[in-house]
Amino acid sequence: MFLTVTTTGTPEHPATDLGFLLHKHPGKAQAFSTSFGTAHVLYPEAEEQRCTAALLLEVDAVALVRRGKGKGRGGAPDAALAQYVNDRPYAASSLLAVALSNVFSSAMRGVCKARPERADRPLPLRVEIPALPARGGPDLVRRLFEPLGWAVDVESVPLDTAFPEWGDSRYVRLVLESETLTLANALRHLYVLLPVLDDAKHYWVAPDEVDKLMRAGGAWLYYHPEVKLITSRYLSRRWSLTREAMDRLELIRLAETDDSEVEEIDNAVEAEAEQEPKPTPLAVHRREAILTALRDHAAARVLDLGCGEGHLVRELLKEPRFTEIVGVDVSVRALTIASRRLKLDRMGERQAARVRLFQGSLAYTDKRLKGYDAAVLSEVIEHLDLPRLPALEYAVFGSARPRTVVVTTPNVEYNVRWETLPAGHVRHRDHRFEWTREEFRTWAGTVAERHGYDVEFRPVGPDDPEVGPPTQLALFTLKTTTGTPTTTATATATEKEAKAA
Amino acid sequence: MSTADTTGTTGSTEDTSVRARALPVTDLSLVVLIGASGSGKSTFARRHFKPTEVISSDFCRGLVADDENDQSASRDAFDVLHYIAGKRLAAGRRTVVDATNVQQDARRQLIDLARKYDVLPIAVVLDVPEQICAERNAGRTDRADMPRRVIQRHTRELRRSLRHLEREGFRKVHVLRGEAEIEHATVVTEKRFNDLTHLTGPFDIVGDVHGCAAELETLLGKLGYGTDGVHPEGRTAVFVGDLVDRGPDSPGVLRRVMSMVRSGNALCVPGNHENKYGRFLKGRKVQHTHGLAETVEQMDGESEEFRAEVREFIDGLVSHYVLDGGRLVVCHAGLPEKYHGRTSGRVRSHALYGDTTGETDEFGLPVRYPWAEDYRGRAAVVYGHTPVPEATWLNNTICLDTGAVFGGRLTALRWPERELVDVPAERVWYEPAKPLRTEAPGGHDGRPLDLADVQGRRTVETRHAGRITVREENGAAALEVMSRFATDPRLLPYLPPTMAPTATSGVDGYLEHPKEAFAQYAADGVARVVCEEKHMGSRAVALVCRDAEAARARFGGGGTSRSSAAESGGGPTGSLYTRTGRPFLDDASLTEEILDRLRTAVGEAGLWEELATDWLLLDAELMPWSLKASGLLRSQYAAVGAASGAVFPGALAALEGAAARGVDVGDLLARQRDRSADAAAFTDAYRRYCWPTDGLDGVRLAPFQILAVQGRSLAALPHDEQLALLDRLVEHDGSGLLRTTRRLYVDTGDPESVAAGVDWWLEMTGRGGEGMVVKPVGALAKDGKGRLVQPGIKCRGREYLRIVYGPEYTRPDNLARLRHRFLNHKRSLAVREYALGLEALDRLADGEPLWRVHEAVFGVLALESEPVDPRL
Repeated sequence: MFLTVTTTGTPEHPATDLGFLLHKHPGKAQAFSTSFGTAHVLYPEAEEQRCTAALLLEVDAVALVRRGKGKGRGGAPDAALAQYVNDRPYAASSLLAVALSNVFSSAMRGVCKARPERADRPLPLRVEIPALPARGGPDLVRRLFEPLGWAVDVESVPLDTAFPEWGDSRYVRLVLESETLTLANALRHLYVLLPVLDDAKHYWVAPDEVDKLMRAGGAWLYYHPEVKLITSRYLSRRWSLTREAMDRLELIRLAETDDSEVEEIDNAVEAEAEQEPKPTPLAVHRREAILTALRDHAAARVLDLGCGEGHLVRELLKEPRFTEIVGVDVSVRALTIASRRLKLDRMGERQAARVRLFQGSLAYTDKRLKGYDAAVLSEVIEHLDLPRLPALEYAVFGSARPRTVVVTTPNVEYNVRWETLPAGHVRHRDHRFEWTREEFRTWAGTVAERHGYDVEFRPVGPDDPEVGPPTQLALFTLKTTTGTPTTTATATATEKEAKAA
Repeated sequence: MSTADTTGTTGSTEDTSVRARALPVTDLSLVVLIGASGSGKSTFARRHFKPTEVISSDFCRGLVADDENDQSASRDAFDVLHYIAGKRLAAGRRTVVDATNVQQDARRQLIDLARKYDVLPIAVVLDVPEQICAERNAGRTDRADMPRRVIQRHTRELRRSLRHLEREGFRKVHVLRGEAEIEHATVVTEKRFNDLTHLTGPFDIVGDVHGCAAELETLLGKLGYGTDGVHPEGRTAVFVGDLVDRGPDSPGVLRRVMSMVRSGNALCVPGNHENKYGRFLKGRKVQHTHGLAETVEQMDGESEEFRAEVREFIDGLVSHYVLDGGRLVVCHAGLPEKYHGRTSGRVRSHALYGDTTGETDEFGLPVRYPWAEDYRGRAAVVYGHTPVPEATWLNNTICLDTGAVFGGRLTALRWPERELVDVPAERVWYEPAKPLRTEAPGGHDGRPLDLADVQGRRTVETRHAGRITVREENGAAALEVMSRFATDPRLLPYLPPTMAPTATSGVDGYLEHPKEAFAQYAADGVARVVCEEKHMGSRAVALVCRDAEAARARFGGGGTSRSSAAESGGGPTGSLYTRTGRPFLDDASLTEEILDRLRTAVGEAGLWEELATDWLLLDAELMPWSLKASGLLRSQYAAVGAASGAVFPGALAALEGAAARGVDVGDLLARQRDRSADAAAFTDAYRRYCWPTDGLDGVRLAPFQILAVQGRSLAALPHDEQLALLDRLVEHDGSGLLRTTRRLYVDTGDPESVAAGVDWWLEMTGRGGEGMVVKPVGALAKDGKGRLVQPGIKCRGREYLRIVYGPEYTRPDNLARLRHRFLNHKRSLAVREYALGLEALDRLADGEPLWRVHEAVFGVLALESEPVDPRL
């Protein structure tokens, strides 16, 4: 956890003035204690032509771990910090940014009693950070620093030279050079952008972080092309805080263009209505296709198996025809989010009586799932290992046996139409398989026959003449005639051979 | 049981010389007291029943309204009363309802309740003159102002009810008239007819005979019964019914069985065929189908007297029997647990006919509901009724009808031995309506487990550590892992327990040191331990079967398309999974290759024959660690190495520069040099766990325990014998896959031996080894109090611990703080998981149903999600 700041000088403006600007004497090594270790300031060189200040932060890793116990316990928000083995003692993270502001607080404010004229003036600067965690890589590092007037020299640090096949680490060695910036601005850039690149704050981001961001970045952030990314990452992606910061930056920008004060135009900006993150069009198509299928079959009591965060449940709730909606997921976390998003605890009794969410698993049969009109398995089957798919088949078609079953899954043929998807890749990291239309139809046909269902197929999204639609949908309908389900293997293996009674 | 006895009609209130009347009351029943207010119901209940058996409406009124006489609370009070009564009856406890119950509607609700829980409703009427009731009430302060007309109404209603009680559904009605009769009555508790729990056999349970008298004779002979029906070892035959119809000699079979039952050498439950023939004998109109015609014709040749005997025999048959302390239930068509020992029409109907789905199949026969798949009871249910090609256990149930009359076999089950004995049919006596299924019920295709097997707070009974509780939230976390990532549960019969480290060491520079491990075992009374080298890989459990067919036959696991796999003889031949049940390798063909190499070594070493098995379950370590943990290695360990490697050269140069300028940097420079060296040592430590692999090149497997083989858990086999077997396995491995586990035996009481153990560890870890695990040589060791001791204690090497506690953990101030670590939770967790693992192995060995094995395995996974310091 280390960085150096170097400046060059002339006999009129000796480089050693850096000591005055930083309020730290070049002839001494000074130590400052912070809550997570000791910060040392020292000068490896201090000549008239060239002077370098080094900030070395000795992090007490054991204390850091013992203090914070990971997310949600009042400790560090980053779970990795709960590990003794972490990079904090070495890499320039948010800890270094905090140390920077503690140790060089006056310099960051641009205050210098000894050399007041120099504090406001640009000076030749070279900042070196040998190990900077940079999520987004060298490219993002350039995008963040170059618009601020820095010449950026950045290179990735290999993960392990003994295993070159492992590739690069997330660390970069960074050298910044500029002739046009004041020291205060340079420090503010570092103070804001180090944690942004690290993207894992060591402390819980509270609302006063917005003020800190405004103090350090108010003057330069609003014209930065990456202002959104910087704001969002700095505030640990807390949406409400980010919006507040963006609003305030917008005010600053308007004031600047108007040559007026921020307060004057404060009322002029309407608070932006909270907008839903826009669902991808395909997800909308998919839900519409599912709803259509359910309407076609007059389903009123519906299971959403693998409901995730409850997007479909919300759509179902909008239509009174769906009298009982049950969202089932194996992930308790997903259900918690779904419950929060649907505002279940604040929903009116009548409306709340229509919906239930509970944990379940399609690897097991579940009596609670019996007797429904319809079950939806939207983008679920591809998250199962193929050898375990028969268990799901039995749980849904053999045990729960709803009248109608809607299954959607990606059509892998369409993947060539996704420009962003590298060839041969699945659409989601957790997809265990993606099927062609043929494969899906074969599977669905077998399942339908085995369990006594009819099946039809519908395209979801634009139906490409060559590769088909992006999503494929199978609509299963339980055959109503009696006697059909026992003609094939699985059904009969589990049912007793009947004999005269 | 089928006849209600009404008694007490001769009693008279004036009669002072009443004899004491004994009132038979079934041990599991709903007893409804009927009488006006003041008739003495509470006193009667108190005198004849346990206080907890009696629920009074007054008490329930008090519960809901703070006033036992608040009539406006009656509705709620009866809700509570019915609820409590329901809970008691569901749990199989006799319940006495103390309320007036003079109105038919009130009684109807109670009869419905009794029916719901399949127990007998019994009425006890206290018919006391109105005058006496009124006097009694007047003497009670809380009822003194009860209007006389209330009692008059009660009495009126009671009188009106008396004649209808049986018709209402009460199976016994006892009417006590007058104070004296009530005073002198006694209650006699009767056992249910189906309760033969006191009989412990041993039994030989015989499947559906269907008139196959010759086969029955052969089978009885094979079982050891003499012609007189007596077994020299005092065994009892139990017939599951369907003695008659279809076959060549139903009268012969009846004669034999009836004689054995009469002489006390056999028990018999009725089948649907007896039942139908019984109705025929009583003159009812029945269709002479499904082989009844044969029986009728054969019986025509018998005497009228014999036919009368048969009618009486059939009439007296009890629908099912609960035997052997409740461990065994025998009936004709199977019985869910909630019906065991119960008495109602639907229990009898299920016992005789089973359950149907309401559908009919393509042969026009009703589709059976697969009740056995849902069965989770502790009692084994032995039944017949449905012809199957082979008798196999499913969820602790077994169907013994192997279609003797259709040319199959006549099968018997020896209990408690659980051995099957059968004889082939002499010929096809009767053509089946449809072919016998090729697979047993719930057979190879099986079905997924039920969520009720694992969800919620669960308590698992273990043989070695009693009841182990799994909390609901841990189960919820495990459910996600099990559902989304784990191997097919059928191929996941075990999960290894976590292991506690040795007590924290006080030795300078060490956090862990073997001295403490030896001392701990010495304190536990374990004299001899084995130190096993800790391999530098990932835990792996390998299930190796002789071939795909063996895997299918024993574990029923299979691929996506079972039928095609079965035809080609393919499908998995076992499994290889991690400590959380995930498939170890993503590539199934690579897994098969490892299994194949293992299989070859097992064959070469002659272990299939020696252990009399066609599968082995192995606990092992798979190397290198980087094979499985490359993600963790790169994102965490290598990242730290990269960052430290990048930062120190610059930092040290800066410090050296400042020092060279004469700035006093104190010990900062020396300290940073130390830190730099620590970081380099850390990088060295994790690098030892990484080596490149290509396919199986570079992959090593070190088995250290054979957990189980066919019919046997080997968890109790001493580790020296275990290692001897495994050494042979490694010796016979020609592929280079297997690695031996180095070991050293130590006597915990011998200082020299202990010192040798310490040296061995120092030498091994000094060369970069991970450390060792110390285990009692005699596995399943218990301490002085009979509790399981830690099955193993790990002592990790000083350098290895850098990748656990951080590069700089050896700095004295860090070490001093790190010594404050708490091991008790981890130790307790290790023992609980160990016990669950042992239980899974025992259940597997005993051939228990999948859900029972899975319950224990799931428990291990759930306990793994208990929060515990991950560095331990």
